Amino acid sequence: MNVAFKKETFRDDYSYENSPEAIKRFPFPFPEDTYMYSVNIEPHTKGPKGSTIEFAFDIDEHYVAECEDKAKTLALDSSRYQALPHMMDAQWDFLELTMDSLSADYPKLFTLTKDGKNWTWENKPLGIKTSFVFGDKTTLAMEPFEYMSRQVQGDFVLLDQRNGTLYADAGFVTSQADWSLAFDAGMAWHEWHGPVPQVTKLGVMDRALKYLMNIQLGSPVRRLNWTMTINPRLDTSPENYPLWGGDRNKVTPDNVGDLVHLRVELQSLFRLPRSNGLFFSIRCYLISMDELSTYPRWVKRFHRVLKSLHSDLVEYKGLTKFRDMTVQWLSRFDDGKPMDIGTHPE
Amino acid sequence: MSIINVTVANVEQVTPLVKHFTLVKEDGSLFPAFSGGSHIVVAMNINGRVHRNPYSLMGSPEETGAYHISVRKQEKSRGGSVFMHEQIKVGSKLQITYPVNLFALEKRARKNLLIAGGIGITPFMSQIEDLNRTGAAYEMHYAYRSPEHGAFSDELSAKCGDKFKCYVESDGDTLDFKALLSKQPLGTHVYVCGPHPMVVALIETARELGWPENNIHSEQFSAPPSGDAFKLKLSKSNLEIVVPSEMSMLEAIEAAGVDAPYLCRGGACGRCELEVLCTDGPLIHNDHYLTDAEKAAGKKIMPCVSRAKCDLLELNI
Repeated sequence: MNVAFKKETFRDDYSYENSPEAIKRFPFPFPEDTYMYSVNIEPHTKGPKGSTIEFAFDIDEHYVAECEDKAKTLALDSSRYQALPHMMDAQWDFLELTMDSLSADYPKLFTLTKDGKNWTWENKPLGIKTSFVFGDKTTLAMEPFEYMSRQVQGDFVLLDQRNGTLYADAGFVTSQADWSLAFDAGMAWHEWHGPVPQVTKLGVMDRALKYLMNIQLGSPVRRLNWTMTINPRLDTSPENYPLWGGDRNKVTPDNVGDLVHLRVELQSLFRLPRSNGLFFSIRCYLISMDELSTYPRWVKRFHRVLKSLHSDLVEYKGLTKFRDMTVQWLSRFDDGKPMDIGTHPE
Repeated sequence: MSIINVTVANVEQVTPLVKHFTLVKEDGSLFPAFSGGSHIVVAMNINGRVHRNPYSLMGSPEETGAYHISVRKQEKSRGGSVFMHEQIKVGSKLQITYPVNLFALEKRARKNLLIAGGIGITPFMSQIEDLNRTGAAYEMHYAYRSPEHGAFSDELSAKCGDKFKCYVESDGDTLDFKALLSKQPLGTHVYVCGPHPMVVALIETARELGWPENNIHSEQFSAPPSGDAFKLKLSKSNLEIVVPSEMSMLEAIEAAGVDAPYLCRGGACGRCELEVLCTDGPLIHNDHYLTDAEKAAGKKIMPCVSRAKCDLLELNI
């Protein structure tokens, strides 16, 4: 794989954009014309060549810019990285999984050499080369979870499994859709999902928890989730609400295509070997309405999904201010004819 | 379910009833690391029928060149443990699952109290490696029938030092649960694995002394008990099959070519849970997973160990 990494920003002048190749591989999440929560989980096995699910972790054209954005967000707010002391085994599990995967899947970009516990890691796109002793945190400049979280796209949470539930006991979170690690750290499954509407009566959370606690080593799973964001901004955190919340008032019928973005999270979950913890990866993909409209099937489908979306979800996802205007903008692409089920772009 | 092909690299008779097996990967690569208390499920082909038994991993979770299990020859074996003892030699091929941990250490515990009876020592062998590595506070109490059955006493003594205490029944040593549990500091977690009456007695003592439910951990794998044969209707698969007296429902479902979920196959994890649609007789729940209320309600069953005393049972699979 030969990736040309883009120089771009996810803040201030928002120069982020997708190449035609990146648009084509966008993980569009709507196979049908309507959307409601479901336990839409599938095995995280190797997907089609070139797709966002070809490998365990997707490295794309935004890699370098996204890692720079992570570093900026963390420098401004150190609470975006938290790890409780009992999560150290899980931290090393995370480092091993990400280093093993990246070096095996992208050998031109990343290399890992192991001599017993003496490991050397090289990350060519970011210009990093480090030798350290696996399991000895004094040999790295920072904790192992922070070290590798800075070098992989996405947000990461390490979960401890105990008392018949899962606890969010460590996290590196800089590209979140309006949730706070500082608030959720240490919480149990049902506590941090408390605000999600509609799901309690559907029994989704109980079934999902049972499923997750049975995830096995060697058999990771994934699902897609989505929301919408104004401007291609990764850090839409509650802590920085003043920096982005007001942007929702700036949407006009003329700038919908440029300002309004579909935000898709490719979420994956891995059982960790030494800690018996779970590792939750939340990888964010952003696409503007203009970019989405380059594929008639997608823009038509998204029009129908957004138009029929349950009012509780419109409110919960924070779409109220610009949803009607966006539906109006999208309607020009919808001829009203039926579409077959599926997420393919053409 | 992900499967690993293994070769038996060594077999050692460690007590009159227990054999220790060393497994290596067939392709020579390393196994995944695992956490103390994990088990694997070993698949054995016995006269064309696949038996799957869970066994705790015993070695150090850090040493991934080999996995270690110990198998006690059961008097009332359904074939699995006898097969392991009599047929499996150095060079034999087996299939195993990835490690699963249903008996994990609580990493935030102020102190860990480990209590084993007989072959119930096996999950603690790997837990002790983790506890020694992290420097966590613990005590290991190991009770067994007579000196020749104390399979791992010497090894434990070497690894645990003064944290280890053994109780030999034939010498008149008894492990007094009440006395032991009464003197533990707040924040202690207790872990027990051994014969069923011992596990029940420990749990009841802890509850009586007011221990929080979340601080009491146990592991018991039941072998599927035999019973009267009965008929199963599998509604989604549109099949009717017979569960013979010596076979579990799960085994009968698998033998019919239906892909049923499972993890531990010992009634502990809940993964194989199936919905009961209809039955013309009482269910016999043998699992440790469903609550008493769920068992009484009769809407769910664990086909790995449970049965029914009926002519026809209909399951939603």
